[in-house]
Amino acid sequence: MTLKQLLDKPVAGDSPIEATPSAVTTRRGHRFGELVRQPILLASWLIVLVAIGWALFPDLFTSYSPYDGDAGASFAPPSAEHWFGTDRLGRDLYARCVFGARTTLTATLLAVLIAFGVGSVIGLVAGYFGRIVDSVAMRVVDVFLAIPSLLLAMVVVSVLGYSTNNIALAVGVSSIASFARVMRAEVLTVVGQDYVKAAYGLGVGRFATMVRHVVPNSLNSVIALAAVEFGMAVLAVASLGFLGYGAPPPEPEWGLLVAEGRDYVAVHPWTATLPGIALALVVIATHRISTSLRKERRR
Amino acid sequence: MSTQTDTAEEPLLRITDLAVDYRANGRDWTPAVRGASLQVQPGEFVSLVGESGSGKTTLVQGALGLLPAAARIRSGAISYSGVDVTGWNDRRMALVRGNYVGFIPQDPNTSLNPVKKIGQQVIEAVRFNESKEGNAAAHRDAALESLRTAGLAEAERVFGQYPHELSGGMKQRALIAIALAGKPKLILADEPTSALDVTVQKVILDHLVHLREELGIGILLVTHDLGVALDRSDRILVMQGGAIVEEGPVDRVLEHADDPYTRRLLDAAPARHAGRLQPTAGERPIHWQTPIVLRANDLAKTYRLRGRGPKRELRALDGVDLAVRKGTTHAIVGESGAGKSTLASILVGFNAPDAGTVHVGEQRLTGLRHRELREVRRHLQFVFQNPFTSLDPRYTVGKLVAEPLRAFGLLPAKRERRARVVELLEAVALDESYIDRLPSQLSGGQRQRVAIARAIALNPEVLVLDEAVSALDVSVQAQILQLLVDLQAEFGLSYVFVTHDLGVVRLIADDVTVMKDGAVVETGPAERVLSAPGHDYTRELLAAVPGARLTATVR
Repeated sequence: MTLKQLLDKPVAGDSPIEATPSAVTTRRGHRFGELVRQPILLASWLIVLVAIGWALFPDLFTSYSPYDGDAGASFAPPSAEHWFGTDRLGRDLYARCVFGARTTLTATLLAVLIAFGVGSVIGLVAGYFGRIVDSVAMRVVDVFLAIPSLLLAMVVVSVLGYSTNNIALAVGVSSIASFARVMRAEVLTVVGQDYVKAAYGLGVGRFATMVRHVVPNSLNSVIALAAVEFGMAVLAVASLGFLGYGAPPPEPEWGLLVAEGRDYVAVHPWTATLPGIALALVVIATHRISTSLRKERRR
Repeated sequence: MSTQTDTAEEPLLRITDLAVDYRANGRDWTPAVRGASLQVQPGEFVSLVGESGSGKTTLVQGALGLLPAAARIRSGAISYSGVDVTGWNDRRMALVRGNYVGFIPQDPNTSLNPVKKIGQQVIEAVRFNESKEGNAAAHRDAALESLRTAGLAEAERVFGQYPHELSGGMKQRALIAIALAGKPKLILADEPTSALDVTVQKVILDHLVHLREELGIGILLVTHDLGVALDRSDRILVMQGGAIVEEGPVDRVLEHADDPYTRRLLDAAPARHAGRLQPTAGERPIHWQTPIVLRANDLAKTYRLRGRGPKRELRALDGVDLAVRKGTTHAIVGESGAGKSTLASILVGFNAPDAGTVHVGEQRLTGLRHRELREVRRHLQFVFQNPFTSLDPRYTVGKLVAEPLRAFGLLPAKRERRARVVELLEAVALDESYIDRLPSQLSGGQRQRVAIARAIALNPEVLVLDEAVSALDVSVQAQILQLLVDLQAEFGLSYVFVTHDLGVVRLIADDVTVMKDGAVVETGPAERVLSAPGHDYTRELLAAVPGARLTATVR
C-alpha cells in the first residue's frame, strides 16, 4: 500500500494547527486568582481561618460566657440573639463552640506535633542506620499499624487517665506509625542520592550528613502528611471527647458538646446538630486544603 | 508495493520552516525549534547533530506527531513523500508511523515493555501496520523475519525472551526490528546508540548503514556525537538553539564549515586533538621517576546476585593492581560491566574490597575505621559522574564549596572562609557572583565546576573522577578537561580518571589501564597503549571509537 492510498482514508477530527493556543494559555494565573476560581478551596481556607480565630481570640467572636447560662432561657432555638440556640442550662451554644475550638484544636495540634516529631525520628533512624535498627523499628511500627488507631488511643487514655492532654498524647501516639513509615521511605530515597555519598566523600561525618542533607531533603512529604493527619486528628480528638475520655463536663469541647446535645436531639435538634456541623466543616476543610497542598508540591 | 508513485520526485521527508514552542510558565511560550527545514531522500543517510537543548529531539518528535502535551507547532509544514501531514490528529498520524516511517527510540533499556516477550512486541508492530487482515502464523513469520533483518541471528530464541534477558545491544536491535516491522521507507533514530558501549555502538551503526544499502530506505539519525555523524552519513545538519546552522555533505563540512558554531564543535571533539592537552599557563612538571601516590594491590570484589534459583555471583573485580604516579593522570578505561566504577569506589573507600589493599601514600586505606578514613579523605577526593545529582539541591554554591572546610573545622572565621570559597570558585573559572545561586540555576558544566571546586577545597593529593565529563556536552566537556589539566599544573594534583570514552583518554591521560570483566587487560603509558595496543580487546575498543574522519583531518 502506498502512502497516498493509506492517507486518503478520511479520519474524523483533523484540526488545523493553531486552533487552540489561546484557550490553553489562560488556564493558569497566579495563586490568588486560582484560589478565587476554586470556591470550595476558598471556603475551606475561610472555615479554617475562622476556627483558628475562635481558638486564639474567642472573646472577639462572642460576648457570651461558655460556662454561665441563663436558666430561664434553656433550650432556646437558634435566633439572632443565640445563633446556635442554648442548651439545657441556658448556655449559649455558639459561645461554647467558639471556646471549645481552643480545647479541641490545641489538643489536635499537640497530637500532630507528637506524631510528627516522634514518627520522623523513628523513620529517620530506621532509614538512615538500616539493618537491625530498621528491622526492629519497622516491626514495632507494623504492630502499631495493626491496631485500629482509635482503639489504641482509647487504651492509652484509659491507662493515663481522662484529660484533654492525655487525649492529645493518645491520638499522637496512635498516628506515630504512619509518620515513621513515610519518613523512612523518604530517607531511603535521599540516602541513595549522589549528594549524600558526596558529603561522605568530602569528609562530612555521618551525623552531620544526616542533619544537613538527609533531614531537610526528606521532610517535604512528611509535612504534607501532617496536613492530612491534622483533619484526622481533629476527628479523633472529638471522638474521644464524645466518648467521655476528655475534659470533664462544664469544659466546652466539640466532641463533648455533641455528646451533651445527643440526649435532647429528638426534641431540640440544634443542640447536637449545630456543633456537629461545625466540627464536620472544619475536618472537611482541612482535608480539602491538604489535598491542594499536595498537588501544589507535585508541580 | 508501488514505490514509484511515492518517491518519484518528492523527498521521503520534507520539513519546511518548522517552529515548535514549549509552554513555560502558564501563558508564556518558549521556542524550542525556530524555523528548521530539512529533507531526506530515498537511500540517504542524514545526521542531525546538536548539543543538549538544541531542539533536535523536539524536531523529530514534531515530524512524527509525538510532541508532548506541553508543546505546540507554531508554524511550518511536514510532508512525507509530498503528502502534507501538518496538523493531522493522532489517529491519522498513527497510520504514517510504522507503515511509512519507523522510529528507533533512545534508551533500549526503557523503551521495551518489560512484561511482554520480545516476539509479542514485534508481532504487535506487524499487526498494527498490516493493510489486510492476516493470520497469526503469518504475523509470527513476519516478526521473525523482521528480527533477522535487524541483525539478530538467533531470532527464534530472542522471540521467546523477555527484555531483561537481553543485553543492551540486543534490545536496541529488537527495537530496530519493531521499527522495521511496518516495512517503512524511512527510519528516524533518536540517539539510538548513546546508551550503549562503543563496540556495541559500532555494530548497531554498521547495521543501520547496511539496512540503508540493502533496503534503500532513508535514515535520519539524531545524535550529539559529531564523530558518529561524520563517520556514517552522507549529509549532516548541525542544530543550535532551535535552528539549523549548518547543512552540507560531510566532506564539505569537514573541510570548511561555514558556521562558527560548527567549527567550535569540530574543534571541541576529542579526536581533533593529536596529543595530550597542555595547561594554558605554565609548564607541567613531568618527572618520570615520580613517587606513587595511590596504589592498589590485588583487589577483589564479588557481588552476590539476588533472585530465585541457585545462588549466582558476579565477580566485579578480580585481582586488580593499580599504581598512580604523583602529578599524573591515570585513566581507567572499559565498557559497562568492566568493574571500573567498583574500582573507583573502593579506591576512595566508599566500598570495601573482599581482598587486596589500597594505599594512599604510605597510609593504608583498606580496613580503616570510619573516623580514620575521614582523615585520609583530606588527601583523596571524588568527583561524581552526574553533576545534576551530586549537589544538594537546597544548598547554595557558597555553602556547597564551604562544606568540606566546615567538615574539618578549617577557617572558622566567616570572612576567611568566604575568601577561600571565592578563591576556589575562581580556580574553576567561576566568580563571586555565583556564591548565592542554587544548583538548579546553573548549567551542567557550571555544576561540575562547583563539584570540582569542592573536591579541591582541602588541597588533596589525589582526585578520583568517575566519568566526570560523560554527562556533559562536547564543548563543555572540552572546557572541563582543560580546567582539570590547568588545575593539575597549578596544584600538582594526581588524577584517577575513570571513563568509557577513549577519545577523552587521549586528551588527558599519562597512563592507561584497560579493564574488561573485572580484570585488568592492559596497562601502560597512554601513548604506547593508544598507538600500539598489546591486547586484542584494546585494539577492538580503539577501532570502535567513532570519529575516524575527524582524526584524519587533524591539523
